[in-house]
Amino acid sequence: MEQIPLFSSLSLSVAELTRHLRQVLEADDILQDVWVRGEISNLSRPASGHVYFSLKDEFAALRCVIWRNAAARLLGILQNGQAVEAHGAVSVYERDGTYQLYVDSLRPAGEGYLYQQFLRLKARLEAEGLFDPSRKRPLPPRPKVIGIVTSATGAALQDMLNTLSRRYPLAEVWLAPAAVQGESAPSELIAALERLNRDPRVEVILLARGGGSLEDLWAFNDENLVRAVAASRAPVVSGVGHETDFTLVDFAADLRAPTPTAAAVLSTPDVQDLQAELSQLNRRLLQAALAAAGLPRARLDSLALRLAHASPAWKIRSGRQALDGLAARLAQSAAHRIRLESSRLARLQGGLAALNPFNVLNRGYALLSRADGSLVTSVSGVNSGDRLSARLRDGALGVEVIGPDSRDRPQRSLE
Amino acid sequence: MKADQKDINQLTYEEAFSELEAIVARLESGEQPLEESMALFERGQALSQRCSALLEQAELKIRQLTGEE
Repeated sequence: MEQIPLFSSLSLSVAELTRHLRQVLEADDILQDVWVRGEISNLSRPASGHVYFSLKDEFAALRCVIWRNAAARLLGILQNGQAVEAHGAVSVYERDGTYQLYVDSLRPAGEGYLYQQFLRLKARLEAEGLFDPSRKRPLPPRPKVIGIVTSATGAALQDMLNTLSRRYPLAEVWLAPAAVQGESAPSELIAALERLNRDPRVEVILLARGGGSLEDLWAFNDENLVRAVAASRAPVVSGVGHETDFTLVDFAADLRAPTPTAAAVLSTPDVQDLQAELSQLNRRLLQAALAAAGLPRARLDSLALRLAHASPAWKIRSGRQALDGLAARLAQSAAHRIRLESSRLARLQGGLAALNPFNVLNRGYALLSRADGSLVTSVSGVNSGDRLSARLRDGALGVEVIGPDSRDRPQRSLE
Repeated sequence: MKADQKDINQLTYEEAFSELEAIVARLESGEQPLEESMALFERGQALSQRCSALLEQAELKIRQLTGEE
């Protein structure tokens, strides 16, 4: 037997060794994020609320712990004999010198199988047309009665009620409570939907549940519930779990909201938008009324104008104006005519004066005429003793012919 | 007009709002005689006041449907 040197190195205390082991385990990536498959045994839940059990298979056992907060969510599948897959981190419990799995999530073994089932059911319902976009109905813009199907005690309900009273307090909420997880959940949810659908006043239904594990949400993949949602009289808004959770109910609903709060938001208008909408309508009302009052006014004005034009007074005025025009034209043309005539007259008078036979008398000529008025223009035909009249410039003299006169022989013949 | 007012005070928001919308549309079409337009306008105003009042006073009502109902 080989001799071990007594003083070659310092020994570790148990605590030091155990701490070292713990550090080794906690530094291992695989051990800190691992799924372990096994059957639950030795399940215990002391007053502390933490849950202790072993996972085992036919060859080995692993001690497991679930802290109280995580345990509350996982109680549904925590049963001795249950085959599960546990997720968590492996570490050392120093006091007992044991290593154990600190579980943060738990799912029934064969969840892979469940998932396959989910996909098959989804494909089948999809093929039936249950999820067709054409089936989705629009939501009423201002629902008066909003139906809610959820757990009466869940946080989801409070979230939705808070959101609704803030956004749209005009609404009335009809709550049809139902279990949202567990075996009876699907049938309770279906019954609640039916209760709300029976009353035509319910205009939209919010089907909601807060976040949870896949098993918690499983009721929302129930085929009958999915069919009831698709067949619902009132449009259904689903808000199940968190943003990343998709259930078959989400596909069948008329609108899928990522969370219960979002379902309340998506199904209602905001009161501020309503106020804006209302004041806009008010403005239109006022404008339309002003226009309606202005239109007859404009029509009246145009009629009044036409009436004025058609009135006798207008005719008289316009007749008078025409008359004035005519009179002016008349006056103008008369004056013109007179001017014309008088100048013509003056010309004629000038001509006439030139032609006046008596003008020559002024120059010393005399006109001889017989008693019968005929002018004597030749010595022939005149006898001695004839009595003639001699017309001079300023009067006439009676004269007697004494005979022909040889002293004054005209040089030119008078003829 | 008194009877109308009373009538309006019993309308829900949705009813009052839709009627207001209809009245505005009719007024905007401008096909009514003046007298009717004025009547429509007055009713529109009353409806609008009703809507405002409803918005201001509203408080979410909650009713629980139990299984026995």
